[in-house]
Amino acid sequence: MSTDREPSPSADGIPLAPSPFTVRERAAETADTVTLTLDPLTGDRPAPFLPGQFNMLSVLGAGEVAISISGDPARPDELVHTVRSLGLSTQAIGRLSPGSTVAVRGPYGRGWPLEAAWGRDVVLVAGGIGIAPLRPLLYALLRERARFGRLEVIYGARSPQDLVYYRQLQEWRARSNARFQVTVDAAGRDWYGDVGVVTQRIPDCRFDGRNTVAFLCGPEIMMRLSAEALEGRGVRPEAIWLSMERNMRCGVGFCGHCQFGPYLLCRDGPVLPYRELRPLLRVREL
Amino acid sequence: MSGPRTAVGLPELAAHPFLKGLGEGFLRDLVPGTEALDFDTGATIVREGEAAHEFFLIVQGKVGLELVPHDRPRLTVLTVGPEEVFGWSWLAPPHLWRSDARALKPTRVLAISAERLRAALDAHPQDGYRFLGRLVPVLAQRLDATRLQVLDVHRP
Repeated sequence: MSTDREPSPSADGIPLAPSPFTVRERAAETADTVTLTLDPLTGDRPAPFLPGQFNMLSVLGAGEVAISISGDPARPDELVHTVRSLGLSTQAIGRLSPGSTVAVRGPYGRGWPLEAAWGRDVVLVAGGIGIAPLRPLLYALLRERARFGRLEVIYGARSPQDLVYYRQLQEWRARSNARFQVTVDAAGRDWYGDVGVVTQRIPDCRFDGRNTVAFLCGPEIMMRLSAEALEGRGVRPEAIWLSMERNMRCGVGFCGHCQFGPYLLCRDGPVLPYRELRPLLRVREL
Repeated sequence: MSGPRTAVGLPELAAHPFLKGLGEGFLRDLVPGTEALDFDTGATIVREGEAAHEFFLIVQGKVGLELVPHDRPRLTVLTVGPEEVFGWSWLAPPHLWRSDARALKPTRVLAISAERLRAALDAHPQDGYRFLGRLVPVLAQRLDATRLQVLDVHRP
């Protein structure tokens, strides 16, 4: 199945061997999520990346895991990953402290098609740790703000304590020509922000549906319902892009672990158009 | 704290997006039972278990709908803002509020008497049908959202 996109830049010319990096900085985002800034141990600069691409990260003895790059694509020398501790590998990465070593290979996969948004309104919908793959795109959109129409960002998390990059989002909200809506699934009395799921914020967004591009990342059901809500506002399925997640092992389309219907998400994705994904998202247990 | 209740005229009532375009006769029947209320941040608007005798249209501000489990802290499960509505417990027996509603910022609402509203729905069935045709999608959307919340999709 074709997605009418340029071939993935990941598979060719990028060595499969991991390179050693050291942790320059470790910032705790939430109780289970950290942001690591990495420096190459060998002195080589990290490879440039496109917003939405990922690296394979590994700690000796704890396996390897695909983690989206969450830094600024205009600063490729600063490799940034935000990692939520869920399994053996991510827990090991999450425990790393400044000076620790981590192995990195990549970047891999197809990122967000930024150029598809030129001259159009843009909507970003992020759920949970799904904000991490969208942050490089947000950096790029804000840097080239004049190229785009209205910019709406919706970010939902489980609770106020689970919000990632909250301070940075507040700064962007205050200083940028973009509209940010942050919502949580439930909250105590000390939270005066929005409560509810991200789909409930879509009706409040200001955009021209026929001239809008949307970028979504988060739990699959959240993306499906958000895409349906955006379609309800007139956004065309081919203008809605989703970052999909499956168990990625090789990162370059060799092993097949991340197969999703006709796609190998590490090679053909992780970012794919909703037009192609829509029928697959309705297949149970795919 | 809430301020005094003030009378609301037909233009103000008809201007709220939720009621826009409904028949003048239907809206005129609601006017005598409609009042504007202003709430300070933190003020309780309705309390779970008490009689639900009003329907609320938000003019400005933000309202949090809160559940009050007796064995854990209260939980805000939804916020609603300008141009939105809340409080449908008057529609179905036993006509008791299902949750607390609290102002999360200075908030102005139009409160329509449930008794008046039920009478107007009966007296103007065509507008009553259109009114419910607007209210049911709100309830459906909130039911969908609640299902997503129950799924707890962001759980570690």
